[in-house]
Amino acid sequence: MRIPKQPPPARYGGRHTVTLIPGDGIGPELAHHVRELFRFCCVPVDFEVVNVDSSMASEDDINNAIMAIRRNGVALKGNIETNHNLPPSYKSRNSLLRTTLDLYANVMHCQSLPGVRTRHKNIDIMIIRENTEGEYSSLEHENVPGVVECLKIITKTKSLRIADYAFRAARATGRRRVTAVHKANIMKLADGLFLECCKEVASGYPEISFDSMIVDNTTMQLVSRPQQFDVMVMPNLYGNVVSNVCAGLVGGPGLVPGANYGEDYAVFETGTRNTGKSIANHNTANPTAMLLASCLLLDHVKLHAYASMIRRAILSTITETRLHTADLGGQGSTSEVVQSIMNAVQSTGPQTLSI
Amino acid sequence: MVNSAYMKSISQIIYIENGLYKQCMQTVTLIPGDGIGPEISSAVMKIFEAAKAPIRWEERNVTAIKGPGGRWMIPPDAKESMDRSKIGLKGPLKTPIAAGHPSMNLLLRKTFDLYANVRPCVSIEGYKTPYTDVNLVTIRENTEGEYSGIEHVIVDGVVQSIKLITEDASRRIAEYAFEYARNNQRTSVTAVHKANIMRMSDGLFLRKCREVAENYKDIKFTEMYLDTVCLNMVQDPTQFDVLVMPNLYGDILSDLCAGLIGGLGVTPSGNIGANGVAIFESVHGTAPDIAGLDMANPTALLLSAVMMLRHMGLHDYGNKIQTACFDTIRDKKVLTKDLGGNSKCSEFTAEICRRIQDMA
Repeated sequence: MRIPKQPPPARYGGRHTVTLIPGDGIGPELAHHVRELFRFCCVPVDFEVVNVDSSMASEDDINNAIMAIRRNGVALKGNIETNHNLPPSYKSRNSLLRTTLDLYANVMHCQSLPGVRTRHKNIDIMIIRENTEGEYSSLEHENVPGVVECLKIITKTKSLRIADYAFRAARATGRRRVTAVHKANIMKLADGLFLECCKEVASGYPEISFDSMIVDNTTMQLVSRPQQFDVMVMPNLYGNVVSNVCAGLVGGPGLVPGANYGEDYAVFETGTRNTGKSIANHNTANPTAMLLASCLLLDHVKLHAYASMIRRAILSTITETRLHTADLGGQGSTSEVVQSIMNAVQSTGPQTLSI
Repeated sequence: MVNSAYMKSISQIIYIENGLYKQCMQTVTLIPGDGIGPEISSAVMKIFEAAKAPIRWEERNVTAIKGPGGRWMIPPDAKESMDRSKIGLKGPLKTPIAAGHPSMNLLLRKTFDLYANVRPCVSIEGYKTPYTDVNLVTIRENTEGEYSGIEHVIVDGVVQSIKLITEDASRRIAEYAFEYARNNQRTSVTAVHKANIMRMSDGLFLRKCREVAENYKDIKFTEMYLDTVCLNMVQDPTQFDVLVMPNLYGDILSDLCAGLIGGLGVTPSGNIGANGVAIFESVHGTAPDIAGLDMANPTALLLSAVMMLRHMGLHDYGNKIQTACFDTIRDKKVLTKDLGGNSKCSEFTAEICRRIQDMA
């Protein structure tokens, strides 16, 4: 979801250039399907593919990717695997990308989709998660052998920034309530600062009601009554937990797209950032999340007509239970789903490339 | 200390007669707590009496007092009772806001070094939630991690909070988790972590878990990222068995699992400490709005007491009481308000006692 404030990225000859980072696991096949679909729908977007090899210790690959994103302003990415058995000097590539480009807001919109059977109905939660600091600062040291300290950093500037983003997003989408998720009863200074910043920003948006909830109570409420939540804003780690819980509630990692926004750049990916190593190249991955992420990308570069067309086609395909992939309990394959989406586009949309 | 253990074993031998093994009474320190604490504690005592469980209750109060040197501590008679009996049952404690002393739960934790918080989450037949067939246990490290309370303001507007992970604490909790799995016939232990981001700290925790797993080859050991656990937990909780994790993840996940089975009003919890001390407690609040009105639901404290019986080896009594409790809930005729009925706490308790007596 784009908040009208940033200038649209540069266009050459009416066509947009977007960086594409396939990533690992199911990333490459999903990236291929996105390109296939875009070509079929004649979307004026050209992809500049940058491969990042997660097994290499040098940071050249990821730096190239970052440079490409700086050049193009927009990117679509798959998740890059982090082998946590490597020494701590090897930082997570995904994390590096987010912090270098200062993509401070991770936005995940979890909605119940028609045709997907879940235990809870009518969920519509927008999760706004601080993406660059908090527990993910990667500042760790071992002072004494056997004792490791990990620093969680919360700053006033970043907390104010993310709170401001959350309230502006709520206002832009007509939402009524923002809930801050925290653990300030235990981490009094750190989460206390975050909460204070949220309260400060809330005072400038009188039409939006603001409340706060402790993270363990939040997860309990989410599994019993998720319909009570509207917009949720929180620091990095709690964002990780809450966004995964919400994604699970609406149907799983294959359905929810995610977006990372910064002042100048935007990177779109699947909401729960999974590599899906175990199902890679099996043609069973659910392409919905990645395709919906590409629709968010199209909205960002103001190609709204194409975005709505593809989104409509995806939603009509989701209602067909016989095409559900394994994660939704069906036996459909990825290519069948993509084919069905293309058929749906062809039957309703403008001129498309003949198959 | 040696004497009392010796006396206990002697008295156990004396009681063996004609092949009938009569168990001697075991002492348990009971801390009723505040708010609805006293009502639910007496409900539990009544039910235990009906089941003729060999438990002798010693009631104690744990309101903090200032000891010599100005440090807050729990009253010495409470500490002495607990050190002697080794087993405690605790109701909900009020967290004071302006009393000047830290939370009682924290004080108890520090006094007895309660390093493991164990929460078995089993779906209660009869109390319907969107999730059925939940049967897992969360074991959470309770002394360090993100809750070390070490925070600093570096410069104005920048705060740092320190998460501490030590080798010893990680090894201790991992060993407890595997022991628990073995003693309770559980098949797998899953370590929950975020080692892709917190490489050194969670990496250390994970390494210790792996090392301990080597000594327990009969139990399957897996590792899973915190976000994957959360994602899978809300879609299919049946795939999890025993989960072991550091403090913060444990806090969030144990409450998430409690939410799956119906909330804190029906969830038991146990805290295991060093030196064999174990305190079982109900984790809900003091509910001051219904205190004294005979409306409270004693299920959480009762299930924690059942957990306590199992810990002490009194499985028969534990099973009997648990079955009576679950049967009452399944029957839906006599339920307290939070479970969807409109009976009083005393009626609910009486119904459970009746079932136990019918069973004998």
